[in-house]
Amino acid sequence: MTSAPLPIQELFLYNYLQMPPIITVQNLRKTYGPTVAVDDISFEVAEGEIFGLLGPNGAGKTTTVECLQALRQPDSGEIRVLGLDPRRQARELRKLIGSQLQESALPDRIRVWEALDLFASVTPRALDWRMLLEQWGLAAKRRSSFSSLSGGQRQRLFIALALVNNPKVVFLDEMTTGLDPAARRVAWDLIRAIRDNGTTVVLVTHFMDEAEKLCDRVAVVDKGKIIAADAPQGLIVQHAGEVRVIFTTDVADIAWLEAVPRVDRVERKGLMVEVRGSGPVIAYVAAALVGHGIIPGDLRVEQPTLEDVFLKLTGHSAGD
Amino acid sequence: MRTLLKLTWVEIKLFVREPITMVFTFALPIIFLFVMGGVFGNTPDPSVYRGVGAIDYYVPAYFGLVICAIGVVALPVHLTGYRERGVLRRLRASSISIWALLGSQLLVSFIIAVLGSILVTVLAIAVYGVDLAQSPGLLALAFVIATLSFSAVGFLLGAVLPSTRAAQGIGLILFFVMLILGGAGPPPEVLTGAMQIIGDITPLRWVILVLQDPWLGFGWAGQASLIVVGILLAATALSARFFRWE
Repeated sequence: MTSAPLPIQELFLYNYLQMPPIITVQNLRKTYGPTVAVDDISFEVAEGEIFGLLGPNGAGKTTTVECLQALRQPDSGEIRVLGLDPRRQARELRKLIGSQLQESALPDRIRVWEALDLFASVTPRALDWRMLLEQWGLAAKRRSSFSSLSGGQRQRLFIALALVNNPKVVFLDEMTTGLDPAARRVAWDLIRAIRDNGTTVVLVTHFMDEAEKLCDRVAVVDKGKIIAADAPQGLIVQHAGEVRVIFTTDVADIAWLEAVPRVDRVERKGLMVEVRGSGPVIAYVAAALVGHGIIPGDLRVEQPTLEDVFLKLTGHSAGD
Repeated sequence: MRTLLKLTWVEIKLFVREPITMVFTFALPIIFLFVMGGVFGNTPDPSVYRGVGAIDYYVPAYFGLVICAIGVVALPVHLTGYRERGVLRRLRASSISIWALLGSQLLVSFIIAVLGSILVTVLAIAVYGVDLAQSPGLLALAFVIATLSFSAVGFLLGAVLPSTRAAQGIGLILFFVMLILGGAGPPPEVLTGAMQIIGDITPLRWVILVLQDPWLGFGWAGQASLIVVGILLAATALSARFFRWE
């Protein structure tokens, strides 16, 4: 019997489930009065992966990771982080994890180096904070007060503070909010480097591109529930498989494109033609066009993104 | 322990960088020392100032005022600001314990109270030539329970007041009421009726007596010290009950 190749999403699961889970969450629920913040969330995170919780504001992502970090008491559900129960072993747990929180601050007049030096003092395992200052582009701001930092500089300081105790798991909540595009890319590279050094990363984000580029696996959260969880490519293949091929031509009759393999639909908007299909549709369309003597100079293909997955799964975009 | 010491050092630097609290803890008591000293001199009058000279009366009273400013202005504003802005959340998530936080605030209160009191003493000696404490050992003990007591009041205000604005408003009202009616302003003997009653229920009234008696050689203020310790125990219990991280 020949074994069929595993679908992509199962391949990713297969790889990660080889590792013992470092975080397990079962049937987590948390309400604030009548508001259900987290309805029923379960997931596992394997050691050494970058796991993303992706969803719109108010979906319950932050509440979920706050429960994992022992900053909130869940109403019900079972949580284990590094084998510890955040409800009962909060102090031991906090020493082993790093936290970058939304809605937190430092005293206005504390200096950058003082904050890092202070937060490094909680554990003998701490990293050299001078190296973190360099890595996160804060070396020139070493002696600046917190209140004088820009939004992006504050954000980078908070990430550095989350890492200074050399955590086994780091929780980053909307890490790149307030960072400019160049700084975001630097941040992504640094987070990958941290993971390569053995730290597990749990990332909360509403940025689709961040989740797609950075995460090994993504859980899509909406209205307090996980509605899909997989590798970004797995989610895309499974939930938004449609590929669009776009070109312009002044040739009027293109109805024959409908018969090309892998093509589902052809749409014409003036000179622009949009072909929707799946898988390697670009190759078939390009060959057919050349066969008909049409050589468009602007032939391009648009792969679906997590954004499309999100829209399809939730019926609304992440910004809503 | 390492965290406690680091945090204490950082907090001392933060205290010194904050102009408002510096004014209330260092500048105001000194301004009052010179105003009162200039107006009343240091000639004893048996009818006021417990029968001693005004300046001899005010020097230990202003130790109490420094301690009071830390307890009702500096600490509540600092702690409510930390909670309001998420600093407490941040510290907690980085496993900086409540004990390190409160311990560091207590150490800072002591250090600032000692420095402020030394400043008052040095200036009073240099300008008015006052005598030093008659019973230094008892004064040190009085200083410890006074600072603990007002720090506990500060923790309590920091725990129950909802915002920095509330802490600033209520802290300043408490500070000025205590300053004027609690024995650090006009001599307590001239206060009558409601003013006297209000003066008697302010913690500063009793803290000043506890500090004055060993300074002036009157021995130990037994009744006043029991009240100060009572305030310490009550405020500690209530702050433990009402403290919130966020």
